[in-house]
Amino acid sequence: MALNWFRFAAPASFYPIAGRLVPVFWVLTAVLLLVGLYWGFFETPDRLGGSNPQKEYYRIIFIHVPAAWMSMWLYVVMVGWAAIGLVFNTRLSFMMANAVAPTGAIFTFLALWTGSFWGRPSWGTYWDWDPRLTTELILFFMYIGYIALHSAIDDTRRADRAAALLAIVGLVMVPLIFWSINCPDPSQCAALHQRSNLTQIEGNILFAMLMVALAFWMYSFATTLMRLRSIILTREAENTWVRDLVSKGGRP
Amino acid sequence: MLRVFWCILLRDLTLAMRRRTDVLTTLFFFVIVVSLFPLGVGTERKILQMLGPGVVWVAALLASMLALERLFAADYEDGTLEQMVLTAQPLSLLVLAKITAHWLLTGLPLVLIAPLVGMQYHLTSDAILVMMMALLIGTPVLSLIGAIGAALTLGLRGGGILLSLLILPLYIPVLVYGAGAVEVSSVDLADIRPYLTLLGAFLLVAVLFAPLASSAALKISLE
Repeated sequence: MALNWFRFAAPASFYPIAGRLVPVFWVLTAVLLLVGLYWGFFETPDRLGGSNPQKEYYRIIFIHVPAAWMSMWLYVVMVGWAAIGLVFNTRLSFMMANAVAPTGAIFTFLALWTGSFWGRPSWGTYWDWDPRLTTELILFFMYIGYIALHSAIDDTRRADRAAALLAIVGLVMVPLIFWSINCPDPSQCAALHQRSNLTQIEGNILFAMLMVALAFWMYSFATTLMRLRSIILTREAENTWVRDLVSKGGRP
Repeated sequence: MLRVFWCILLRDLTLAMRRRTDVLTTLFFFVIVVSLFPLGVGTERKILQMLGPGVVWVAALLASMLALERLFAADYEDGTLEQMVLTAQPLSLLVLAKITAHWLLTGLPLVLIAPLVGMQYHLTSDAILVMMMALLIGTPVLSLIGAIGAALTLGLRGGGILLSLLILPLYIPVLVYGAGAVEVSSVDLADIRPYLTLLGAFLLVAVLFAPLASSAALKISLE
């Protein structure tokens, strides 16, 4: 059977599918979040670290780290859809990039916010100009810039393409954040985030963190698809299938 | 190929020389912003020496950003830009020529006036030399990156504010390493070369990719 990859690139055929997927992703979000948070609160050790242990407050890691992961990953996803849109000229890809941006911005903000709450008890400060904090802040500005540019241009086609180009240019920031721990001159940057990798983390903590990360992932799917549906309706408002939909009372 | 580059470059320079106030406004904006800081934070020698590099760089960022709006705006309004897009020559080359002219008119004067500004902040002559080198390598990067934003926001209402929102985050690495080089030069043990080489790397990457990105942005904006 020849698979037509572009079948679901048409907003009219993707709209009902997205509608059916949204509840699935919400259920997955709830289940994974419950498991992750339960595990994070009750099955993990009370202290973290050896010589200078962090007490209960380290549990903010279960929100902080997954949110930071998602903030970077969603930017890559957004750029991916934007690039696909520029290459194949598919309207839906641009809508997808558009729908991802607010969720990404929220996760970036969440990572910064939880980070400052974690920083207060452990570093003694809400904010420090650590390279990773700074680059994450720049990422937040990049999301805001993307959203601002898109909403400043009235012509949808130009807005899509211009914002896509901006997002692609901004992609240089993501590797910077990811590798901001290995700073070129250790005497110059007070690296508060220490280098780590997944094998060094205690098993239960890792499990809870991954569960919450998956939950955030599913949440991103759910909110993106919901936003995508309303973007599709707004942009295709003149088309007959949308009119039929409205006259039928919103049932796909 | 190179003839087109020269042609555009000379044209932009001639146009700017016919209206010198535009060039001078940017320069005086830079000088005024830099002179405001000592009045705001106090004129103590130590504080000024510490603040100097950062203030000069932030002022340079703002000055080059304010001038960016003019990069394509005049050509866009009278239709010259459309003709440039339609020529057989590669658009990125023409854009590079325009950016070079823009840098010669806004970036280079900042480099040349830097010693004067450095003296306001009691910087040592070594630090001033390093600052001039860093500005010399860094300001072209600002013009190159800024051209992308200028092309994207071409003809939009409220373009200036939007431009700053898009471009300033991308300027941050240049600011960090540019000001870092000057700060480090006051420490005997430290080496400024890593900072300058990193700035040079930014410049090379920007020269390679920024004209391509700006010409793509121009084509989107003119569609």
